[in-house]
Amino acid sequence: MELRTRHLLGLEGMKKEEILLILDTADSLKPILDRPIPKVPTLRGKTIANLFYEPSTRTRFSFELAEKRLSADTISFSTGSSSVMKGETLKDTAKNLAAMKVDAVVIRHSSVGAAHFLANCLDACVINAGDGTHEHPTQALLDMMTIREKYGTLEGRKVAIIGDIAHSRVARSNIHGLKTMGAEVGVCGPTTLLPMYIEALGIQVYPRIEDALEDAEVFIILRIQLERQKKGLFPSLREYRALFGMTKERFRALKKDITILHPGPINRGIEIDSEVADSSKSVILDQVKNGVAVRMAVLYLLMSKGQKMERKGDG
Amino acid sequence: MDKFPIEKGTLLLRPGRVFDPRVNLDRVADLLIVDGKIAKIGPKAGEGFEGEVVNLPGAVIVPGFFDMHVHLREPGREDEETIESGCLSAAAGGFTEIACMPNTQPPIDERSRVEFVLDRAKNQLVTVHPIAAVTKGQQGEELTEMADLIEAGAVAFSDDGRPIDRAVVLRRALEYLKMFCRPLISHCEDLSLSEGGMMNEGVVSAVLGFQGIPPLSEESGVVRDLLITEYTGGVIHIAHVSTARAVRWIREAKARGVKVTAETCPHYLVLTEEAVRSFDPNTKMNPPLRTESDSKALWEALNDGTLDVLATDHAPHSDEEKDMEFQSAPFGIIGLETAVGILLTYGVHQGRMKLNELVYRMAIAPRKILGIPENLIQEGAKANLTFLQLDLEWQVDKNRFFSKSRNTPFHDWKLKGAPIGVYNNKKLFLHPMFLNKGGNRH
Repeated sequence: MELRTRHLLGLEGMKKEEILLILDTADSLKPILDRPIPKVPTLRGKTIANLFYEPSTRTRFSFELAEKRLSADTISFSTGSSSVMKGETLKDTAKNLAAMKVDAVVIRHSSVGAAHFLANCLDACVINAGDGTHEHPTQALLDMMTIREKYGTLEGRKVAIIGDIAHSRVARSNIHGLKTMGAEVGVCGPTTLLPMYIEALGIQVYPRIEDALEDAEVFIILRIQLERQKKGLFPSLREYRALFGMTKERFRALKKDITILHPGPINRGIEIDSEVADSSKSVILDQVKNGVAVRMAVLYLLMSKGQKMERKGDG
Repeated sequence: MDKFPIEKGTLLLRPGRVFDPRVNLDRVADLLIVDGKIAKIGPKAGEGFEGEVVNLPGAVIVPGFFDMHVHLREPGREDEETIESGCLSAAAGGFTEIACMPNTQPPIDERSRVEFVLDRAKNQLVTVHPIAAVTKGQQGEELTEMADLIEAGAVAFSDDGRPIDRAVVLRRALEYLKMFCRPLISHCEDLSLSEGGMMNEGVVSAVLGFQGIPPLSEESGVVRDLLITEYTGGVIHIAHVSTARAVRWIREAKARGVKVTAETCPHYLVLTEEAVRSFDPNTKMNPPLRTESDSKALWEALNDGTLDVLATDHAPHSDEEKDMEFQSAPFGIIGLETAVGILLTYGVHQGRMKLNELVYRMAIAPRKILGIPENLIQEGAKANLTFLQLDLEWQVDKNRFFSKSRNTPFHDWKLKGAPIGVYNNKKLFLHPMFLNKGGNRH
């Protein structure tokens, strides 16, 4: 079993076996992270470029760490530290990277389809680390890995995604991935932050957070961005919290076992209260650790595609 | 190879058929052209003629096509299209006349700029009719000197590219234009509803995460403009209609006698929002590609006359601008050299439209709306002709376009039916791609 493409651009259209392969590989690579010397030579001699056109700490560190754990050589930039400031186009940046014989490119960009654009003009493997409001596949993969770790399987799990669905690449990737894996997905948020034609995504909509809490067992809480309020999409953070916040009151009233995920960074006291985020039901820090393992798995699977394995992934 | 087009005041055209529904002409005949005018039509029109003969076996000669929605980029962006390259592109696409939009840099908003366009176009096969801006600098505030612009040669007024934001400005423009019997061509859009949008708001935008341009933004613009047109008794032409509901409102207004005409473009008929899944920037235009049911409604509206005109909205953009990630690329595609082939293939050959309707929407209606003399195919009239080869199968190749730009979503499309040449202003153009495929000179 191999991945079908050299790129990871999104989870839409990805087959169940492919996602399983990534998750299983991530599971087997994860113990490396706890070794005294957490490094394997799998990608020695390979070069990976991390292009972060949008500010990111967590995702960028996670990718860089994954690359270093696999012994790849890495080069990175984020907006402000490169020729992006000099007006170089994405296409030219890509051509330069090709000339430098880069083997893989990780890209975070504010444009929907930026990773697809790069994949079309580059021979290297392209990994989408978030393209605008479209997809963020490795985030969804690490979410699925984390849920699977707790429940053993994704099949039949009821997952609710709470917050700004319309502008969320995390939500889109999770919806595609979770549905492919046989989970039931519902979303919940202000009607102005749900996309029109959301039914096209084949999911249910919980009108109120109470409905979601009643029905689902896994909750992915999304970060609410203040700029959405400034654009008039909802009246205030106060009202958002009142209607859709994962508050300690709502949390305490629950009489069942639930799991809380959040892609970070957290707005404590707005979309989620500290008591919930720091509770035993929260797997937020497991997500962070699994993020490194999932990205190691993706890099390994994409970059060793078509090549004979020199060494097993677990060294 | 000849330089295009060639001066040829006098010649004999020998097609398979000559067709002009206005004069009940549809028969096998030759056309003798003397000094740019049709001297004789008939099977023996060339008897005794010893000049140049152009054989067009199997071709149909129809009245020269007119594209009333073209963006030429001169002055300002001559790298994307000049008046000369735009004229060549039009000729290659089967058009003998075009009307060009005023959103150049600077815009066509005063007499000297109309004169500039006409001067640049004066020796072309394709006749260019400038459309002038409604407001100075297309800023949507002060009206341009419309009488002066008309006298200089402007055939209509438009701030196309943007809507006229303030209702009162549109009202005054429509009222003022009543003095001159010239139409205002309106780009209908409520910018507050479409701001930040990249593609149609629909199922595909929901999946891709693009901010949508709701059909509502176009429809609310159409409805507002219809209300103002009705109230003022003015004359309006609605550009690039793309939604089913916009069609419904126009149909309803026409039934009540509102002086409105409307157009749509080939891409809205044969492409839908699904095409955007490719992230190809050549699927990005404004208004955006809509849905299957919108396309269907547009075909119906062409059949029942709600939509009067087929125009291209030819909008050249350089590769430097257009060949980049979708969100950063500008709106707009070129269309002059693909429109006729697309419409023959998907309209005439697939039974959605008859040839005489196509001729009406592409040759007759635009001239009526803009008050430009008819180009009848009859003896004594100026020869202004398009040559069609209805059954010719060909493949679109953007690298062979005469336009300076390449931003088309139709590259590599296989089409049936092509414009193989045109004749106008004593000039002949035979498309080099189709030479020896139904057109040759002796």
